[in-house]
Amino acid sequence: MKYLLMFCGNDEDAMAFAALTADELKERYALVGRWFAENRGRIGSTGQLQGPQTATSVRPAADGGDGAVVTDGPFLEGKEQIGGYAEIEVADLDEALGMAKTWPGRGTVEIRPLVTSR
Amino acid sequence: MAGARHGGDPPACDVTVAATEQALAEVFREEAGRLAASLVRVLGDFTLAEEVVQDCLLVAWERWRADGIPASPSGWLWTAARRRAVDVVRRDARYRAKLALLAAAPPPDPDPDDRLALLFTCCHPALSAQAQVALTLRTVCGLSTRQIACAFLVSEQAIVQRVTRARRKIGAAGIPYRVPDADQLAPRLAAVLSVIYLLFNEGYLTSGGAEPQQRDLTDDAEWLASLLARLMPAEPEVLGLLALIRLHRARARARFDAAQRLVLLADQDRALWDHAAIDAAAGLLARAARLRKPGPYQIQAAIVACHAEAPSSAQTDWPQILLLYDALLVHLPSPVVVLHRAIALGQVAGPAAALASLDELGGTLDSYHLFHATRAQLLRELGRPGQARHADEQALGLTANPAERALLEQRLTSPAGPGPAI
Repeated sequence: MKYLLMFCGNDEDAMAFAALTADELKERYALVGRWFAENRGRIGSTGQLQGPQTATSVRPAADGGDGAVVTDGPFLEGKEQIGGYAEIEVADLDEALGMAKTWPGRGTVEIRPLVTSR
Repeated sequence: MAGARHGGDPPACDVTVAATEQALAEVFREEAGRLAASLVRVLGDFTLAEEVVQDCLLVAWERWRADGIPASPSGWLWTAARRRAVDVVRRDARYRAKLALLAAAPPPDPDPDDRLALLFTCCHPALSAQAQVALTLRTVCGLSTRQIACAFLVSEQAIVQRVTRARRKIGAAGIPYRVPDADQLAPRLAAVLSVIYLLFNEGYLTSGGAEPQQRDLTDDAEWLASLLARLMPAEPEVLGLLALIRLHRARARARFDAAQRLVLLADQDRALWDHAAIDAAAGLLARAARLRKPGPYQIQAAIVACHAEAPSSAQTDWPQILLLYDALLVHLPSPVVVLHRAIALGQVAGPAAALASLDELGGTLDSYHLFHATRAQLLRELGRPGQARHADEQALGLTANPAERALLEQRLTSPAGPGPAI
């Protein structure tokens, strides 16, 4: 089955990340790099997102017309944000859970199955 | 599935001929899980199998109630399930492959028992606790959504929604149908045990109440624990939970008096206890202890055994119970355990020491009625009736359970009334 792992965090996680020293940051990236290497066979496309302050949202016009409303900021409001993602292909949810539990980044990992045409 | 009749109201519980109803319930409990397990195995599709099984059980319930239970219920159900499954998979794009599987599948084999995988799937942590309980009752024990709704005093619609959502998630999110790998077994087994224990507690709280026709969930909990003990005989915590449930049930007859009032442990007529069952449970606990892997269920069972084996309330081995609570705190460091330990401490070291240990909890149990009821009792023993009264009033404001309320009210009106409300 295919899943998307979404690496999420709250403001505190983001601040803790921003406060890391250069050495700590290097160490963290090394751990993350090792996690990706260990799971190489199961991981598809991946990405790290820039911060929510860089986000722009486009939503349909409230009047139902053709226009779209462009706003500054993320769709998900509040304290939680998605910092990155990895698409994985594994046997079942337990295998996905096993990967998420070993994710070396801080914060929460949300696991979502992808819709696949069968 | 019979639709929910009235939205948010608790459903009416039907009373039919008790013997038939009970015989049917027992046959269902033995057969439902096996049927579901075999069908999942054949179809590789939990959601589909569960749906088919529930349809068949519903038909069987009606048919058997009218015509009697067939000589081979499992054969009857398997034939019906296979027929029903064929109907359902015709709608499926891959039906040819599944039809072939169904045609070739032998009837459920009692050995090896597939119900273990079923139990682990129903109690998967990716499902909410409520969904785990409802799904286990339905899929493993064969209860109808109506029976589950009756037992939990919620609308049938709510249970249908809970089960449907859980069933969909199992399929859509890829929750596996298998016993977890060794490295995940301990936490996953703990989740299964906690579902069974939750079920037991739910049944224990509502038992002896005003609705004798209500399904006895403590019986289902004991049945599940004994099933698990048969399937995982080398897991001491499984044996511990089974012993714990049996020890509590062995004393059930003494918990309420003729007027359905709650009788406290110290005041119970110990002649009413089932001493043979207590001895058997103690034997089970000894078997668990020989596996040398203590855990919270074994320790709780040992505590209950201490109470159950005491010839009288006065002869209770409180120092031993206190030691067991110390051990329990290592496994289960919760304020509620500290509260229960305080009662044992009061018996061993006096009410002042017990009160001091409760004060150390700060406000963590401020909204728990037994915290205040216990403090009240200790304050009374210390000759501080004003503060005791205040604590009893706080306890009264925090519980809706009629039996517990009656007890607290009695204590507030007569100073020489009953002891701790535990």
